[in-house]
Amino acid sequence: MDLKTKNQTKYLEQATERISGAEAVVRSLIAEGVDIIYGYPGGAIMPVYDEFYKYQDEIHHVLTRHEQGATHAAQGYARISGRVGVAIATSGPGATNLITGIADAQIDSTPMVCITGQVPSHLLGSDAFQETDIVGISTPVTKWNHQITRAEEIPEVIAKAFYIARSGRPGPVLIDITKDAQFDSFDFTYKKCHGIRSYTPTPEVNTESLVAAADLINQAKKPLIVWGQGVLLGHAEEEFKALVEKTGIPAAWTIMGVSALDTAHPLNVGMVGMHGNYAPNILTNECDVLIAIGMRFDDRVTGKLSEYAKQAKVIHFEIDPAEIDKNVTTNVAVLGDAKDSLTQLLPLVKENAHNEWLDQFHKLSKIEFEKVIKDDLYPTKEGLTMGEVMKEINAQSGGKAAIVSDVGQHQMIACRYAEFNQSRGNITSGGLGTMGFALPAAIGAKMATPNREVVAVIGDGGYQMTIQELGTIFQTKTAVKIVVLNNDFLGMVRQWQQLFFDKRYASTVMTNPDFVAIAKGYHLNANRVTQRKDLASAVETMMASKEAYFLEVCVEKEDNVFPMIPSGASVSEIRLE
Amino acid sequence: METPLKQFTISVYTENNVGLLNRISAIFQRRHINIESMNISDSEIVGVSRFTILVNMTEDNVKKIIGQIEKQIEVIKAFYHTDEDTIYLESCMFKIKSDLLFEERQIQNIIKDSYARIVTVNRDFFVLEKSGRRHEIELLYRELSAFGIMQFVRSGRIAVTKDQMRISTILDAFNN
Repeated sequence: MDLKTKNQTKYLEQATERISGAEAVVRSLIAEGVDIIYGYPGGAIMPVYDEFYKYQDEIHHVLTRHEQGATHAAQGYARISGRVGVAIATSGPGATNLITGIADAQIDSTPMVCITGQVPSHLLGSDAFQETDIVGISTPVTKWNHQITRAEEIPEVIAKAFYIARSGRPGPVLIDITKDAQFDSFDFTYKKCHGIRSYTPTPEVNTESLVAAADLINQAKKPLIVWGQGVLLGHAEEEFKALVEKTGIPAAWTIMGVSALDTAHPLNVGMVGMHGNYAPNILTNECDVLIAIGMRFDDRVTGKLSEYAKQAKVIHFEIDPAEIDKNVTTNVAVLGDAKDSLTQLLPLVKENAHNEWLDQFHKLSKIEFEKVIKDDLYPTKEGLTMGEVMKEINAQSGGKAAIVSDVGQHQMIACRYAEFNQSRGNITSGGLGTMGFALPAAIGAKMATPNREVVAVIGDGGYQMTIQELGTIFQTKTAVKIVVLNNDFLGMVRQWQQLFFDKRYASTVMTNPDFVAIAKGYHLNANRVTQRKDLASAVETMMASKEAYFLEVCVEKEDNVFPMIPSGASVSEIRLE
Repeated sequence: METPLKQFTISVYTENNVGLLNRISAIFQRRHINIESMNISDSEIVGVSRFTILVNMTEDNVKKIIGQIEKQIEVIKAFYHTDEDTIYLESCMFKIKSDLLFEERQIQNIIKDSYARIVTVNRDFFVLEKSGRRHEIELLYRELSAFGIMQFVRSGRIAVTKDQMRISTILDAFNN
């Protein structure tokens, strides 16, 4: 079912027709090419739901089991497809339940439009039933938000919402619509938004700074590229690969950027940041030119800022002017969309190779392999490791699957070891670190790309934060694969307690339910692995399943994730044990 | 070593929309910055509002704040200025017992010397208005408080810049 292409031009710039605000909402969504919308009904949004019923052949509404699940599903949909994800909820608690997902989308630059119902306009501010000031509440975590109190505003505001959500640096937009505006009739016509006078989504690439950047790159002896999600958001994977290959520069990624370049590419030197790879972290403080592309120098990436790449000249390719010099002072800033910037940069850089410099990465990688990776992927101890589970998933997916991870130890392991040879493969809550993200995000990702394998890798803690979405999976028959790496702990917090709080395991021990029984309660195929000999075949069975499948892997309880840059330490102080 | 705080005036040109005040003040709140004063008015361009915000910050941080403010969809442009870059003033009003105007000759001299203006006089009270720099207003306050002030209010800073801000150029560029 490809509703998107079928409906794309329907209702767009058609003759005026008198309809209700609620119907206008649905027609506007269809005109924006929305095929799937995630939500939960309630009093103040019922007129719109009534229209969903009438328009069910043109737009597919997915009932999640909680509004937070709706936002994460919309995020998963957006992250894998590049299209705008849409979530809808009622006023009051329905609206406030969206906030975590909205904040997550804001910090991870995910295009999303959220629609909330609101009490009738004459009751605004009266503490009416299920009234909450959602526009006020969502202001700091939205790219834009707006309250509609008159039906006539609906098409223009929705057009603006989609334009803002998807353009420039993407982000979440919230539209709050009073119930009377949903009921009132008006003359509807829909025009897409193509610009807002106070908003410049994509700055033009400045030739002078581009030339300055190319000069630095051409003269560099030990250059290092660190790329982030900007490469994916800008659909610049091809241009990026061409740049890396032409210049021969080792390239490292943030967890938001992985999968823009194949993990097996010889110039891909791994992940930077707190649990990133040893080589790119250490060599960040030895490179002479640091080329940051579509990343924002998050503190989890930089460690102690005052000791981050101080020896290097820094070039920053970035779409958002507010990111320039925010954390790391740059020598050359190139504003613009990654695709534009890299396309224009490519002819200016010289063909090069940096073999000796690359050797330094290989040497350090070898140390990391011996001290960390070997035991993660090829353990000799009795207990199962999270790393070997990822290794089995890789073996089955061949780098094609999308890996949707939650937050914590399993997330770091998934990001470190997942192999990708297809773009937009890694979907995780990077900036906000939202436990509970993965299960609903996997639903959205699978629905957006039904032909792609989607594997949610989740810890036992985060899984239970949105476990109710198993109901959504069952009801919609969405064939997501769910792997819970169960160590009966809130593992990452426990790791910090072990390392920095003298093993005082305050509230990190989890007494868990029978996860397999719960999955079976939702009529899902489910299995549990406790021994190494059963792992490979269990993963194979899961991946071969045409339906949703739940696999619990009971892993070693007190394993730690290494390497690790302790909080507040420099990237050079990365620990291997 | 901590960089010393400095006084900056921030000018923000925006669309005139509900909620934008909240959006802009949230940017300061998020960084735990206390706004000294804020004034919102029309600007030289019809339909465009102008925020004038007074803050004490480091220059490094005020630059970052400007970036965050400009990022807001309905903000057309934001600038920061030092006191030297602007012509600025504040306005204030004093409500004082009318008897004093006749009984205390000194008050009449204070009014004359301070270039304050009497807005209204009735049997019970008179209202004095004064525009100027903060220290002039504070001086007037000290002088009058000896006699008793029934009410006092002072506005936020308003300022125009010595340099051009070219908002019309930005808006024209969009229209073309």
